[in-house]
Amino acid sequence: MLDKFNNLKVPGPTMTLISKPFWDAVAKHEFQLQKCSDCHKWVFYPRGHCPECWSDNLIWEIASGKGRLKTWSVVHKPGHSGWDEVTPYAIGLIELEEGPTMMSHLLIESDEDLIIDLPFEVSYMKCNDVWLPFFKKQIS
Amino acid sequence: MSNKRRVPLCAIVGIGEMAPKRFTEGATTLGMIAEVAKLAIQDAGLEKEAIDGLLVGPQVGETPQHVPATVAEYLGIQPKMGNVVDLGGSTGAGMLWRAAAAINFGMCETVLCVLANTRERDKLPPRSPNRNPIREFDVPFGASGANTSYALLKQRHMAEFSSTQEEFALIAHWARKNAQLNEKAIFYGKPASVLDVLNSPMIVDPLHLYEIVMPVAGGAAFIVTSAKAARSKGTPPVYLLGAGEKITHRAVSQSPSLTTTPFKYAISAALDQANVDIQEMDLLSLYDCYTSVVAVTLEDAGLCLPGKFGTWMKEHSFGYDGDWPLNTHGGQLGYGQPDLAGGMSHIIEAVRQLRHEANGRQIPNARLGLVTGNGATLSEVTALVLGAESC
Repeated sequence: MLDKFNNLKVPGPTMTLISKPFWDAVAKHEFQLQKCSDCHKWVFYPRGHCPECWSDNLIWEIASGKGRLKTWSVVHKPGHSGWDEVTPYAIGLIELEEGPTMMSHLLIESDEDLIIDLPFEVSYMKCNDVWLPFFKKQIS
Repeated sequence: MSNKRRVPLCAIVGIGEMAPKRFTEGATTLGMIAEVAKLAIQDAGLEKEAIDGLLVGPQVGETPQHVPATVAEYLGIQPKMGNVVDLGGSTGAGMLWRAAAAINFGMCETVLCVLANTRERDKLPPRSPNRNPIREFDVPFGASGANTSYALLKQRHMAEFSSTQEEFALIAHWARKNAQLNEKAIFYGKPASVLDVLNSPMIVDPLHLYEIVMPVAGGAAFIVTSAKAARSKGTPPVYLLGAGEKITHRAVSQSPSLTTTPFKYAISAALDQANVDIQEMDLLSLYDCYTSVVAVTLEDAGLCLPGKFGTWMKEHSFGYDGDWPLNTHGGQLGYGQPDLAGGMSHIIEAVRQLRHEANGRQIPNARLGLVTGNGATLSEVTALVLGAESC
């Protein structure tokens, strides 16, 4: 499975100084998110200001890496041809336990049993030499 | 109804439209803008010197900056107001009330709103150099392009409301059916049954090929004046009676809801401003980059309960002679999507219908139309109520 993704010639993340801690943590298989020190809301994607209260007092904290599936799609014709080799593949929106929602790649065998709110957890995968936070079903 | 007072905000006095085509050869965006602007000013019965306001779209390729100045120079006009409207598919609709605002503020009297795009064979359209944060937090996971985002929204609708593929296919079927009465439509001569839609290739599950607009080249333009000035001109004016707009997010992951949209506010705001009810509309000219967009627009417009668009659609008929004429030009699903001008096609068709010039597909006694525009992933939307002079 690992090689399948690592050999893909696909665009990786275009990180900024602000988002770098997220990707650095992912490379160490840690899932970190920003949290606002003033209104205490968790923030994703990484920003310089909290979208809730506009505070610039954001700190990085370890997050659970767990969430629930809000919706999903099985891609047959990818928007970027670098993904053609691994079609069909699934992507989905994960509502993280901490509150924010993120897009991710779903590591699943079949989409037949997918339902709203199905628990998922982060699963690190190397894709074109970069570690990415993919998600897999939580083991019950 | 007689005690209602509608205050016309401004009027469309001229329209221009180029038939969409799959590819252009050697054409430039500026050249196509000029061609379609000429059609619109001729339709208005005006000379180009009358244009003193200019609204254009963002152009990522040829002219990334100073777009109004570049277009004005190319056209040989010297407007007193120029601006870029950047609302994706909602750009055309967003232009109309902005033109009205500029006219009503006294900045100018006659505004040209114009959008056009080239499309060369074997040449990818230019892309914006920086598309963060989508580029950073969607693309690396295999979610590139609009199809995946809209597939996620459609899947949520199906999972939450048990809406069916057949119900969504009905929307594409009607678009293709209506396109058979529009010779300019890219799918003229190519109707599609519900079964044809369901049998078309699955692109990004749950979206089939026929549920997705075909990208084409084309252009559209309209001329706006004050309602007062419009009355003195020869062309029958079509009045802007109300407008509503809302922006909620950019990336689908950041959307505040996956099943209701900013249309809920925008449509109700436009109807309120026009002092009319949705049930009074003679035409629904609804932005349709994907079938699912029409579905949620019908629901957010209050025409049916959330999740029930399919049941509602099966009870109604959507041709020009039906009880709810919908996208009588074929919508973009039948007409094709000439980039941002695709959104403007919904305005052009509404003007035609309200001027009673929709040859072969004229809605009898059309007086009021609802036009919608949608940009990004149901992120930035505009709703307009247009009315014929008789209102």
